[in-house]
Amino acid sequence: MTQSVVVQVGQCGNQIGCCFWDLALREHAAVNQKGIYDEAISSFFRNVDTRVAGDGGSIPKGKICSLKARAVLIDMEEGVVNEILQGPLRDVFDSKQLITDISGSGNNWAVGHKVFGSLYQEQILEKLRKSAEHCDCLQCFFIIHSMGGGTGSGLGTFLLKVLEDEFPEVYRFVTSIYPSGEDDVITSPYNSILAMKELNEHADCVLPIDNQSLFDIISKIDLVVNSGKLGTAVKPKSLVTSSVGAFKQRQEKPFDAMNNIVANLLLNLTSSARFEGSLNMDLNEISMNLVPFPQLHYLVSSLTPLYTLADVNIPSRRLDQMFSDAFSKDHQLIQADPKHSLYLACALMVRGNVQISDLRRNIERLKPSLQFVSWNQEGWKTSLCSVPPVGHSHSLLALANNTCVKPTFMELRERFMRLYKKKAHLHHYLQIEGMEESCFSEAVSSLSALIQEYSQLDATKSMPMEDLPRLRVAV
Amino acid sequence: MSIVTLQLGQSGNQIGFEVFDALFSDSHCSQGLCSKRENEAYQASCKERFFSEEENGVPIARAVLVDMEPKVINQTLSKASQSGRWKYGQRSCFCQKQGSGNNWAYGYSVHGPRHAESIMNLIQKEVEKCDSLSGFFIVMSMAGGTGSGLGAFITRNLQDQYSNSLKMNHIIWPYGTGEVIVQNYNSILTLSHLYRSSDALLVHENDALHKICAKLMNIKQISFRDINQVLAHQLGSVFQPTYSEEGSSHYRRNPLGDLMENLVSHPEFKLLGVRNIPQMSEHSLAYSTFTWAGLLKHLRQMLISNAKMEEGIDWQVRPPLSGAPTPGKMPVNKNPHFNKSLANLVILRGKEVHSADLGKQGLRAYIHQYTKFGIEEEDFLDSFTLLEQVVASYRNL
Repeated sequence: MTQSVVVQVGQCGNQIGCCFWDLALREHAAVNQKGIYDEAISSFFRNVDTRVAGDGGSIPKGKICSLKARAVLIDMEEGVVNEILQGPLRDVFDSKQLITDISGSGNNWAVGHKVFGSLYQEQILEKLRKSAEHCDCLQCFFIIHSMGGGTGSGLGTFLLKVLEDEFPEVYRFVTSIYPSGEDDVITSPYNSILAMKELNEHADCVLPIDNQSLFDIISKIDLVVNSGKLGTAVKPKSLVTSSVGAFKQRQEKPFDAMNNIVANLLLNLTSSARFEGSLNMDLNEISMNLVPFPQLHYLVSSLTPLYTLADVNIPSRRLDQMFSDAFSKDHQLIQADPKHSLYLACALMVRGNVQISDLRRNIERLKPSLQFVSWNQEGWKTSLCSVPPVGHSHSLLALANNTCVKPTFMELRERFMRLYKKKAHLHHYLQIEGMEESCFSEAVSSLSALIQEYSQLDATKSMPMEDLPRLRVAV
Repeated sequence: MSIVTLQLGQSGNQIGFEVFDALFSDSHCSQGLCSKRENEAYQASCKERFFSEEENGVPIARAVLVDMEPKVINQTLSKASQSGRWKYGQRSCFCQKQGSGNNWAYGYSVHGPRHAESIMNLIQKEVEKCDSLSGFFIVMSMAGGTGSGLGAFITRNLQDQYSNSLKMNHIIWPYGTGEVIVQNYNSILTLSHLYRSSDALLVHENDALHKICAKLMNIKQISFRDINQVLAHQLGSVFQPTYSEEGSSHYRRNPLGDLMENLVSHPEFKLLGVRNIPQMSEHSLAYSTFTWAGLLKHLRQMLISNAKMEEGIDWQVRPPLSGAPTPGKMPVNKNPHFNKSLANLVILRGKEVHSADLGKQGLRAYIHQYTKFGIEEEDFLDSFTLLEQVVASYRNL
């Protein structure tokens, strides 16, 4: 069994990360009734005897003593991390795995990447090495950050290069929160584009997410909960809707509920690697199957069902509904339209009491409405995990490598160009040592090249695949 | 003579368990139609082939379990020991922590060389427990990374180290509409490598097994367990003891040798398929009666029209094929004891034309994942060439 380390960077990254650890603990508590430290838990947690000082406290087997998250928390201002350390999860984090500063990055990618990058490089390396040493077999780094700010965006992407150099064999999965149209940070286009270049070059796999989609999903859930339709009571313990025990509810924007969705995404992504099932899918298989060309590693995710219904015995029809929902725009974590774009590959990760025949039936049913690239007509990767998520009887995570991310990137580039043409706010970046205008132009051309690749694939949409001649062989 | 089974990867281990379970249940079935003496002889023969004895009477399967990550092996071991009737040897497993990621190249070029020695040692131990070795039965799938890549590597090692023993590779042909996106690559590479080093390739297709479950067994929600059990039943009818010339209490001693002798007459034609009749759920069995004549007729037509199960057979196709000896009219029960001669008939006609998908090769999609681990584009070309040759040979028949 392999282990993964979560690196949460910046305000957004740390808040999501905190939700993730809360949910992970609850999921393992629900599954692991006996309190024995097993391999599933060890994928994200260490078992530590806190009475032993220093490093000697790790307990590889036996009863759970005290669980410590395999996490590194990085933020350049103290507010968020301090709140975490004073909250109910304070014992889950190892105080030695934090890197903080006081002043923050001022929503400036250059400060995050260049200034804090060089300042904290040694410390970062040291913490990462420590967490890797605690792992028997480290498979993956999960990086959580936002693209629009300064720390998450700048320092978060600086990390990627460090990870690539130091741990070349370990996968780097990045969960990136992209700025929506009505973002409150003016320089977010600059930060995002500069960060994109790093993601293009150093990440193995990126899961882009935007706040607007998360907000829409939450609104939809609220609608159902508040309308109180007969027979559709939301189960109280569901991990998606409840955020009790983590933070107090904030009324302006329901960030906690939104963060819960992202946390659920990460849990479902790793479920087949942690728990048993009839068709397992490990993390290295995600990259292997969904990334046909190294540059095109952006995966659109969608999660269903978002709320459980009170019925216990869900007949097949509802199950099929779950599959249909996964391909509807309402359930996606990023604003995009995969049904009208080209699929390069698609993965369906199912949890709970679903069998292979249900999976096949739904694939057959949905295939005609989806356009797959001509050389990958049967491009489906499937996995079945027997352990359902807490509060649901089954769930589905769909990951799609689809050209529908192109409009998102193009829009980002638009917003960037609007600012860049006027050179607005540019001086804040250029006054940082190591930043020049070429950084900006390189970043834009990197993004343009990516968009170009997607366009080329789109162009093949309606063209049938020419039949390749078979090899003629002398018998 | 004994058969040592090698279970590779998730598929191999899940299937291997069902096969041993089916073999054991069959040989210890209390509903047979024969005399006690015959039953005992049958049991003894089956046991010699597939199980070895342990001190407290629980038979141990003659098997080595290999997987590159621990979950499936742990599950398989506990399922077997929980049944209480038979189990796997404690030290007969080899496990690593991180899987092969559906990457044939990783299984073949990285895991293979790294772990071959340990795995071969385990096999050696199992071989030493046998009085005489009939050969190896390697269970693997073609779509994944461990079963396919590591399987190809180990088979070649077996060829080098045990050149006098027979090797039959049992391969699972994946569903047409993917379980794994790169399954076409993995399958082509596996088939071409196995063709050079294995003695026979027994193929089971997931699609066909799925249809059998749906149409004949009437299972509503088909799970992999159901599919594997159908598979195990078919394999059971192939591997269980068959009569030798001396009479009904004496069984043939060399199962693999017999199969190879009858079926793989020319090294160029190694692909085998299994067709089993009758195939139905236990409930329907009570309401059906069979005659040998009827069954044989259906089976023959299945062969000719290349049907995989007894529904939807195309009766229009006719061929020139000779019959087989019928042991007379006898009611058949689920015990494959009496099925053996039928199975022989099926396997004799081992013509299986496979269609390989060449689509992805043109665009070089996913190739960077394989070149990372040392498989170059020439290797792909070699594989294609070899398989085209095989297809051409079969066509010329």
